[in-house]
Amino acid sequence: MADEKKIGAYICKGCGIGDRVDTAQMVSIATRDAKAHVAKEHEFLCNADGIKMIQDDIDNEGVNHVAICACSRRAKVEAFNFDNVAISRGNIREGVIWVRPDTDEARETTQEMADDYVRMAVTEVKFMERPKGNEEAVYNKKLLVVGGGVSGMTAAIEASKTGYPVHIVEKTAALGGAAARMYKGLPMKAPYDAPADTGVADMIAAIEADSNITVHLNSTLTKTSGAPGRFSADISTESGSTTTENFGAIVQATGYSEYDASQLPELGYGKASNVVTQAELDEMALAANGGAIKTKDGKDINSVVFVQCAGQRSDKEGHLDYCSGHCCQTSIKQALYFKEQNPDVDTNIIYSDLRTPGVSGEDFYRAGQRNGVTFTKGEVAEVVQDGDSLAVKFKDLILDEDTAEKADLVVLATGMIPNGGVNIDEVGQDEPGQFTVNVDSILNLDYRQGKDLPQLTKGFNDSHFICFPYETRRTGIYTCGPVRRPMDGAQAIEDAVGATMKALQEIENAGKGRAAHPRSGDLSYPSFRREGCTQCKRCTVECPFGAIDEDEQRFPQFNEARCRRCGTCMGACPVRVISFENYSVDSVGQQLKNVDIPDEFEEKPRILVLACENDAYPALDMAAMNKTEYSAYARIIPVRCLGSVNLIWITDAMNSGYDGVILMGCQKGENYQCHFVKGSEIAHTRMSKVDDTLQSLSLEPERVETYEIAITDIERAPKLINDMAETIEKIGLSPFKF
Amino acid sequence: MASDAINYYRNNFLKEVEANVEEGAWVKMCMQCGVCAGSCPLGNAWEHTPQKIFMMIRAGKRDEVLSSDAMWMCTSCYNCIARCPRELPITHIMHGLANYAHRLGLAPKNQPTRKFATMFWNNLTKKGRVNELKLGIALYFMNGLVNGIKVAIKAMPLGMSMMKTKRLSPMEILGGHGIKDTSGFHAILKKAREIEDAKMKKFD
Ligand code: SF4
Ligand code: SF4
Ligand code: SF4
Ligand code: SF4
Repeated sequence: MADEKKIGAYICKGCGIGDRVDTAQMVSIATRDAKAHVAKEHEFLCNADGIKMIQDDIDNEGVNHVAICACSRRAKVEAFNFDNVAISRGNIREGVIWVRPDTDEARETTQEMADDYVRMAVTEVKFMERPKGNEEAVYNKKLLVVGGGVSGMTAAIEASKTGYPVHIVEKTAALGGAAARMYKGLPMKAPYDAPADTGVADMIAAIEADSNITVHLNSTLTKTSGAPGRFSADISTESGSTTTENFGAIVQATGYSEYDASQLPELGYGKASNVVTQAELDEMALAANGGAIKTKDGKDINSVVFVQCAGQRSDKEGHLDYCSGHCCQTSIKQALYFKEQNPDVDTNIIYSDLRTPGVSGEDFYRAGQRNGVTFTKGEVAEVVQDGDSLAVKFKDLILDEDTAEKADLVVLATGMIPNGGVNIDEVGQDEPGQFTVNVDSILNLDYRQGKDLPQLTKGFNDSHFICFPYETRRTGIYTCGPVRRPMDGAQAIEDAVGATMKALQEIENAGKGRAAHPRSGDLSYPSFRREGCTQCKRCTVECPFGAIDEDEQRFPQFNEARCRRCGTCMGACPVRVISFENYSVDSVGQQLKNVDIPDEFEEKPRILVLACENDAYPALDMAAMNKTEYSAYARIIPVRCLGSVNLIWITDAMNSGYDGVILMGCQKGENYQCHFVKGSEIAHTRMSKVDDTLQSLSLEPERVETYEIAITDIERAPKLINDMAETIEKIGLSPFKF
Repeated sequence: MASDAINYYRNNFLKEVEANVEEGAWVKMCMQCGVCAGSCPLGNAWEHTPQKIFMMIRAGKRDEVLSSDAMWMCTSCYNCIARCPRELPITHIMHGLANYAHRLGLAPKNQPTRKFATMFWNNLTKKGRVNELKLGIALYFMNGLVNGIKVAIKAMPLGMSMMKTKRLSPMEILGGHGIKDTSGFHAILKKAREIEDAKMKKFD
């Protein structure tokens, strides 16, 4: 039978492995203990001859499951890449010989380690299938861009240039967004010394001339459903007509709203005349169109004071506690509007910290200074009417005194509020089959987990802002521009290019049934055994990416293309009916059960380490490269994400006689590093409940520890293993040995 | 109070400094980082650090700046210049400000370095060479007769050995030596002053 599993185990003697461990013994363990059909050793497995040996067995002996016992699974990936077979790796180099001393006393335990990793690799591959790929994968090149501002227009133009058709859905009657209401933008080219054209008119012209881009004005999304490759969007106009279009991916570029300055009466807004926001000043400048900017009542302006951080970077009730990033430079830009017109107009920018991120940054600050804009480090207390003009009362923080300046115009640098739609933690989803449109929602997703993208903080959408900033927690939907984080126009353009590139990649990946970041290219996806499911919904709730819906009968409905292959659902399922072809409760569970557990008289404890493959496992590999020793009693199994750890593994380990279990995941919480965003956090929550299980087994809670490990923790990770070995020495071996 | 503030934080005094003070055009480029203030060995001994002086200029505090003792205390150690991230020629600006304040007659009256500088200048320009003996004596008695005698007695051994090694001549007291063409030298100085005065822009 063609489908019959035939396992080949290959043991490398290279890189010093042959000198340190008895590979012949490992060969016999592979066949005798682990029941591989073929087992061979090789002097140098990753060289052409070694590869040929394996390939020959695949071609001639019918080997279709390959266990390679050599270096870490992170090394020699290209060499050990065989088509049409399932592959597992036993980490003998980084996992054994590099972390153990080459001494006579250590020889025996080192050999035991190597033997176990052979058992584990063969067992793992025995419980793996080669992923067949997603047959429902759909290839649709069309991109949906939500929002027609600078970010959205950039996304559309870039995608179209690359050959992908685009639809832009814009809520207002015109393209251009916030930048269209500006006289000029920040400089985007060297020498970054003067306000520059926003580029909006050119972008609009390019879009209008592009037959590959369809623009829907006065339109919103009233329903978005599906998954990457097969998104379906209802685009409804103000007048009520709706068209439905299918898309491969979505870029959300919905920008920002201005902070409501009427919440700042102390700064005179709405009370004194001629106190305006930056946006209002830009509108005034646009109206003046290069002529002298006048006050609303038509008077000349001879002095302008800019109040930075108006209602921002402040803990006060109703204020924004973050920095909007662009406003210091926007004030410089606007001061230069006046200076360009008439250098004798006095302009004073009162700031507490002048922040100039972005390309124009420091150069533009200097340009402001060179042109005689005054920069004052100070704290504005209030702005009051003073006869015809305004008095700005402030504390000069350098001269350490309360002072005041008279001004004809005061400009408030108020902040950006992201247009992120509804907060799905507060506004839940309708029951399945009862979808209603929420007018505050941007996407109106029909996903079980809510209508818009999950937010991280302050309404900005959640993304792994350090490693993959454009990825949101809804696969195939990418955000860019100020909806993602506060930024200026130049940054928004750069951001849109990045997000578009990711969206196009995802269109291609989805078409081939491959996973998106971080397991990009992975063809496996979770499936569940319907008969066993108790409809507890844990998988649906815990999936960080909203991949699981519910069908009419309330069973989970997996959307493969939305899935990132983290395995969190697999870890969540109490009845263990969720698995991947190449990663399952068994593929890990059987490995840990096949480790040889010495009886209590041998006094050799066993420590199971479940290490996240993204950070903790590489950290341990790097520790090995540094030849950092750790306990020979550790058996390490990489997991896709700590979220995929099913509690049964812990119970099984305890029942099998392991003396300790260590879980190593990424940093969780608001500044998370977890590649699957919530996986590590969920695992920590689950593990906090494991104490009860331990107690019911009369085991000490110290036997199970969960840690947050960064990829840089190359000293700490091995130390934690050694700490556990010490703990076990203190509290004694587990009573569960056979 | 608000109405008095009318001229504060305007460009007026900054423009005056730019026009009349050596390297004054740099003042506006200061980004108020405070590195100079932290680097100046005398920073905490003066009324104002360079950072503050520059901010005061931008705040339009003409009187306070020009009557400050700060720029008179600068020892030209160049620490600030070496460290200023914005590369301001701070030391030069400080001396430029001192000179400007002096010419306007706004510098602090009894500021010792100013007094000494005046003495030195007058001594030097008289004959085109420094009369060290007279300068020394004048310096000793700068703060009154009694104090002068004390200082002079203290410095006596130094004077004696300088005389022995022919570094100092007691004859200098009679007028001392000068350059050949003293009147030509005075004409040069006068012309230079005229040029400087012509360059100086009027600000009130
Ligand atoms: S593997 Fe992860 S992303 Fe995929 S369905 Fe399960 S929890 Fe969701
Ligand atoms: S977690 Fe398991 S039992 Fe619960 S709904 Fe999902 S598949 Fe069913
Ligand atoms: S040069 Fe003058 S101002 Fe600068 S650090 Fe030295 S003493 Fe201070
Ligand atoms: S170091 Fe330079 S930039 Fe910094 S405060 Fe002093 S003069 Fe200004």
